[in-house]
Amino acid sequence: MNADLNGGSTISERLGATGTANALELKGVSKFFGALAALTDIDITVRPSERRAVLGSNGAGKTTLFNCVAGDFPSTTGTIRFFGEDITQFPPHERIRRGLRRTYQISLLFTGLTVLDNIFLACVGVSRSRFSFLRPGRDDALMASAENLVRVVHLEDAKDDQVATLSYGQQRQLEIAIALAGAPRFILFDEPAAGLSPTERSELIEILVGLPAHMGFIIIEHDMDVALRVAESVSMMHNGRIFKEGSPAEIEDDPEVQALYLGGADG
Amino acid sequence: MSVFGPTEASLATPSEGQSWLERIPVAYWIVGLILLIMPAIAGDFMLFQIFGWTFILGLIALGLMFLGGYGGMVSLAQMSIAGVGGYMVAIFGVSAIDTISLGWPWYVAIPIALVIAMLFGTLTGWLAVRTEGIYTIMITLAIAAAFFYFARQNYVMFNGFSGFNGVLPPMLFGVDWRGPAAFYYLTLFWAALGYLVVLYVSRAPFGLALQGVRDNPRRMSALGYNVTAHRVAAYTFASLLAAIGGILLTWQSAQISPGTAGIGPAIDILVIAVIGGMRHPVGPFIGAFIYVILKTYAIDALVTLGLAGERFQLLIGIAFLAIVFWSPDGIIGLWDRLREDRKRDPLTGRGGEGP
Ligand SMILES: Nc1ncnc2c1ncn2[C@@H]1O[C@H](COP(=O)(O)OP(=O)(O)O)[C@@H](O)[C@H]1O
Ligand SMILES: [Mg+2]
Repeated sequence: MNADLNGGSTISERLGATGTANALELKGVSKFFGALAALTDIDITVRPSERRAVLGSNGAGKTTLFNCVAGDFPSTTGTIRFFGEDITQFPPHERIRRGLRRTYQISLLFTGLTVLDNIFLACVGVSRSRFSFLRPGRDDALMASAENLVRVVHLEDAKDDQVATLSYGQQRQLEIAIALAGAPRFILFDEPAAGLSPTERSELIEILVGLPAHMGFIIIEHDMDVALRVAESVSMMHNGRIFKEGSPAEIEDDPEVQALYLGGADG
Repeated sequence: MSVFGPTEASLATPSEGQSWLERIPVAYWIVGLILLIMPAIAGDFMLFQIFGWTFILGLIALGLMFLGGYGGMVSLAQMSIAGVGGYMVAIFGVSAIDTISLGWPWYVAIPIALVIAMLFGTLTGWLAVRTEGIYTIMITLAIAAAFFYFARQNYVMFNGFSGFNGVLPPMLFGVDWRGPAAFYYLTLFWAALGYLVVLYVSRAPFGLALQGVRDNPRRMSALGYNVTAHRVAAYTFASLLAAIGGILLTWQSAQISPGTAGIGPAIDILVIAVIGGMRHPVGPFIGAFIYVILKTYAIDALVTLGLAGERFQLLIGIAFLAIVFWSPDGIIGLWDRLREDRKRDPLTGRGGEGP
């Protein structure tokens, strides 16, 4: 879609790493907020095209896990590798420029801008035009890719609307479009389906299932039905730990999981 | 406060079928025309002292508006950067202090002055962006104070207390650029250019991203932007505006001394930007005009009323307080509100646009 998206490392480095390495590899990652251990000794490995669901009750540490991987907060201990490269010490923008993307559980959008401008800003962020003093012209390549993303997330009719006027579901779709800007290699979706109506939910599933097959992701999801339809593997989190991993069927049948989560009151 | 001004048009949709000339609002034609024919109407004092000074101070404050309005960073070092620009043309170019001034031609001295002022401004930004809010103000005030005392005590380069006199614009095209009409057009040109560039950049990737950094730095780094680098670059750009203003200011009074870039003038630039309004690049020029009028005529007005002339600072202070109290967005904020009120539906009280 776009040529100038190779962030910091060179294309050959990235291609070289892609062949062998996992998309994401966390070893011994912990995160403390003062005395509170939000994450304890997390090990996760996700293959490049894998689609993983992370389930767990509120406060399990799922969002914190994303924050550590995307660099919003540094992790307290452990190492994080992204396509073989150690990104533990990288600031967020360096991780993003290497092809990592994330969405936020509570939308972080520029509400005074239009839908298209929000996506355009995201496309510019991973391009070399970040410091450009020139406004985009009619045949601007980045603007063209922004227009394309508007279609990918089914927001054509709202593309010139100010984000503040969008429905909640449309804002969630916009979050996804922003995460797809540039050439993402791996995406972290933080509860994209939360609060959506059944129709919006199936539209979301359609968008996720329709993503290019090489594009792996982790999705945090409360709703087992959504998770089952988009993910091929599941990690269960509780109290800052991952206590079970497996295929959706294995997880569903697991008595421990049923006791803790599926039958649990909170969720 | 809503983020990106909702009244501004979307980036992506230049109105179809209209040339850019046709899209210039009528108000611009009227104001532009009046400003162009001003020398036929106004006297020499008005042209040189009132308008010339307004454009210069407006240009320096425009840099602060760019930093504050689009970047959310309030710097008190703008006047010091202007001062560096002024000092450098005096040092590298021609002045009456020929023991220090190198006497290089203007086309060498001016670029050097601009580059040094921008380096100084970038360094200031590099220090300041590590802080937020009140701490940014404190650190830039400290830099302004340091520059003032350094210039006053350094005789080798800055000629200490008395600074440099006899710093004149070059006689380009055979014009004496300190003539009232010529100086008016010279300052008008740079002010208008600065204004248009800021307006243009506000919707270009750099300016848009800067506003994004102001509203949500965390989100911007999650989009791949280096927030720190973006903020420092904003300081660099604001320094260029300040440096041009500083050189013009030096030419206007034909001299530069530590007092030009003292603490008082540093704060005056903030007062100008706040009075005018930081939301739109026209604000600093409105603020500068009010400031210049008060500073020029308030003394006489006060004396006529039997009050002490020195009290004019008090007037400026009161104007400042009134603005901060009633309209945090400055005069342009007041203006916007008046317009909104007129558009408001008298029954529902709902406005035509925006929150
Ligand atoms: N910025 C923060 N400061 C302090 N505590 C936090 C912060 N973010 C999350 N936590 C705590 O970490 C724990 C995990 O939170 P979170 O990762 O948001 O859970 P989840 O997304 O699984 O619902 C919670 O106890 C929460 O209160
Ligand atoms: Mg969460």
